[in-house]
Amino acid sequence: MAEIRLENISKAFNEDRVVKNISLTIKEGSFTVLVGPSGCGKSTILRMLAGFEKQTEGDIWIGDKLVNDLSPSKRDIAMVFQNYALYPTMTVKGNIEFGLTNRKVPKKERQQLIEEIAGIVGLTEHLNKKPDKLSGGQRQRVALARAMVKKPKVFILDEPLSNLDAKLRTQMRAELIQLHEKLGTTFVYVTHDQVEAMSMGDEIIILNQGVVQQKAAPIEVYENPGNIFAAEFIGQPPMNVFERKAFAETLEGVPEEAHYIGFRPEHAGISSAAVSVPHTIELESEILALETLGAESIYKVKNRIGVMNIRSFSAPLPKHAICFVSIPHEKLYPFGADKAAGPELNLSVKKEAALNGID
Amino acid sequence: MKTPPIFKAVNGLGLILLFIIFAMPFIWMASTAFKTLGETLTFPPVWIPETFQWGNFAQAWSSGPFLKYFFNSVIVTLFILILQFATIIPAAYAFARYNFPMKNFFFALTMICLMIPSQLIFLPVYLNLSSWGILDTIWGLILPFATSAFGIFLLRQSFMQVPEELLEAARLDDATEWQIIRKIMLPLAKPVLVTLALFSFIAHWNDYFWPLVMTTNDTARTLPLGIAMLRQVEGGASWNIVMAGNLLLVLPILIVFFFAQRHIIRAFVYTGVK
Ligand SMILES: Nc1ncnc2c1ncn2[C@@H]1O[C@H](COP(=O)(O)OP(=O)(O)O)[C@@H](O)[C@H]1O
Ligand SMILES: [Mg+2]
Repeated sequence: MAEIRLENISKAFNEDRVVKNISLTIKEGSFTVLVGPSGCGKSTILRMLAGFEKQTEGDIWIGDKLVNDLSPSKRDIAMVFQNYALYPTMTVKGNIEFGLTNRKVPKKERQQLIEEIAGIVGLTEHLNKKPDKLSGGQRQRVALARAMVKKPKVFILDEPLSNLDAKLRTQMRAELIQLHEKLGTTFVYVTHDQVEAMSMGDEIIILNQGVVQQKAAPIEVYENPGNIFAAEFIGQPPMNVFERKAFAETLEGVPEEAHYIGFRPEHAGISSAAVSVPHTIELESEILALETLGAESIYKVKNRIGVMNIRSFSAPLPKHAICFVSIPHEKLYPFGADKAAGPELNLSVKKEAALNGID
Repeated sequence: MKTPPIFKAVNGLGLILLFIIFAMPFIWMASTAFKTLGETLTFPPVWIPETFQWGNFAQAWSSGPFLKYFFNSVIVTLFILILQFATIIPAAYAFARYNFPMKNFFFALTMICLMIPSQLIFLPVYLNLSSWGILDTIWGLILPFATSAFGIFLLRQSFMQVPEELLEAARLDDATEWQIIRKIMLPLAKPVLVTLALFSFIAHWNDYFWPLVMTTNDTARTLPLGIAMLRQVEGGASWNIVMAGNLLLVLPILIVFFFAQRHIIRAFVYTGVK
C-alpha cells in the first residue's frame, strides 16, 4: 500500500505535449480511476508511473520514495495490460511464476503462492494450459494473477476490460471491486468508459488533452461537475449545455458571469400536456427521436432553447408528437466564461418563490 | 466450393511434372552411385543397375582421407552455426528493440553486406586471413561466416513483431534483458531460428568455393572438396565413385530434413506472432 504523488508532471513526445503539468495525489488504498477520451494521455501517465516512459518534467513519488530514476521492477508496482501481455510460450503457471523465479523466491514458496493465487482467481484447473487455449475472461484472470502474486504496493490497470464482451465485463467489474476490497492495495485504473469509472472508482480523475479536468468521488463528479467537459463526459446521455442567450426568453436574472447553463437529461420532465409547475421552465417541444430502453426512454427534442436530450422513466410518448419539457430551476447548472463551474444562479423567480414560502 | 475433377487432374499432373524436374538429377545421382563404371557410360542410359555396387561407397570413402574431411566439415559447420547464433541474436534484438545513435546507419550497413556477392570480396578477405596466418586452418573457413546479415535481418523482423507490452511485463517481472531474449523472444522466434539453422547448415556443409580458396592441403579440407577430387583419381572420371561420394555428402542433409520437416514447413509459412 502506498500513496502516489505526481508533482508537476509533463510529458512531450518530440514537440508534442501530451501530458501538461499534472499534479495529483492518489490516496493510499484507494481505487482511483483515470478516465478520459481516447488519446488524452491516460496510458502515458500510467506508463510514467510504471517507469516505462520518463516524464519530461516533474517528480513521481510512490509511498515516500522518489521513483523518477527507478527502473520499473524497483517501483513495487504491478501492471495489467489492455491486451493482457501474457507470455505466449509459457503455461498459466509459468506466467504467474516467471516474476517469482526472477526474484529468486524459493521453489516451495513459489508453489504455495501460485496455488493460493490460482484459487483466488479461479484458475486452479487451468494451470498447465497455454494462454491461447484460454477464453478472454480466463486470460484476464491470468494477467491479474500474475500481477497479484508479486504482492505489489500499487496495481496499475490499463483498460483491462475493454477486450471482453459486455456481460463478462460487468462480471469482471464486480470481481475487480471485490479484489480491491480484499487486497486493500492502491489501484490505479484507466478507462475511457465513464460507466466503468463511475461504478468502480472511489475517486475519479477526469482527463482531457493531458490536463486534469476534475478529481472527485463519482457522485461529486455527477452532482457538481467541475467544468463543461466533466459535465458532458459523465452521464449518459451527457448534460445538455447551452449558451446563456438560449435562455433569454425563459429565464430572468441570470447573473452576467454565467455564460453557459446546463441541466442533466434525467432532471427534466417530459409529458404530453403542459403542467405549469412553479420554478420550472416549461417548453413546448417536438420529439425528434426516441430510444426506448425498457425501464427508461431517451428523447431527443427540439424547442425554443435548442436540441436537447431528455431521459425519462415514465411510459414512452408517441414519436413525432408535440410534448412539454419541464426543467426545474434548481437543477440548472451554470458555467463561467472559462467553461468552469460557474457562479450561483440567483434567479429572480427563485427568490420570489422563497419569499412566497412555496419552495 | 468444389473443384471440378478436370482441374484436379491438371493440378496433379503439374505437380508430378514439377516433382520429376526436381527429383530427376537426384535420382540420377543415386542410381549412378550404384552402377559399374561401364553402366554409367551406356546409351540409352540405364536407371536401375544390374547389381547394386555397394562397393562404390567404400571405394569413394577410402580413396582419400575422408574421415578427416568429414570431421573438418562437421567442425566448420558446427562452429559457424554457434558463432552465427551468438552474434545474430543480440544484434537482431538490439536492432529490433533498442534505440541507439546511428542505428539506421548500422542497419543499412548490415543490409549492404547482404547485397555484396562473396566472389567480390573473397580476395581482400583472403589477403586479410593470410596476413593473420590462418590459411589452411579451419578458422580460415569459420571466421568469415561468424555472422550472417541475412540472419540478422530475418530475426530482427521476427523480434519486431513481439508486442512491446510483453517486454514491459517481463521487465516488471524482474527479467534481465538476457532472460527476455531467452525466455520470451527466442521461443517465439523458434520457426525462424530453425530456418536459419537449416540454411546455414546446408550452405556451409555444401560450400565448395570458400574451402577451395582457403585450403592448399588436407589439414582443413572439407567433404565437398574431397568429393570433387574423386574425379581426378585414377585418371579419367569414375562417375559412379563421384556420385557415391556425393550421396555420402548429402546424406546428413537428408537426415536433418527428414527430422525437421515439420519445422521447415512451418518456418516457410510462418507469418507472425499472434
Ligand atoms: N511513444 C509515443 N510516441 C509519440 N507519441 C505518443 C507515444 N505514446 C503516446 N503518444 C501520443 O500521446 C497521446 C496520448 O496517448 P495515450 O496516453 O496512449 O492516450 P490514451 O489516453 O488513449 O491512453 C496520443 O496522441 C498518442 O498519439
Ligand atoms: Mg491507452
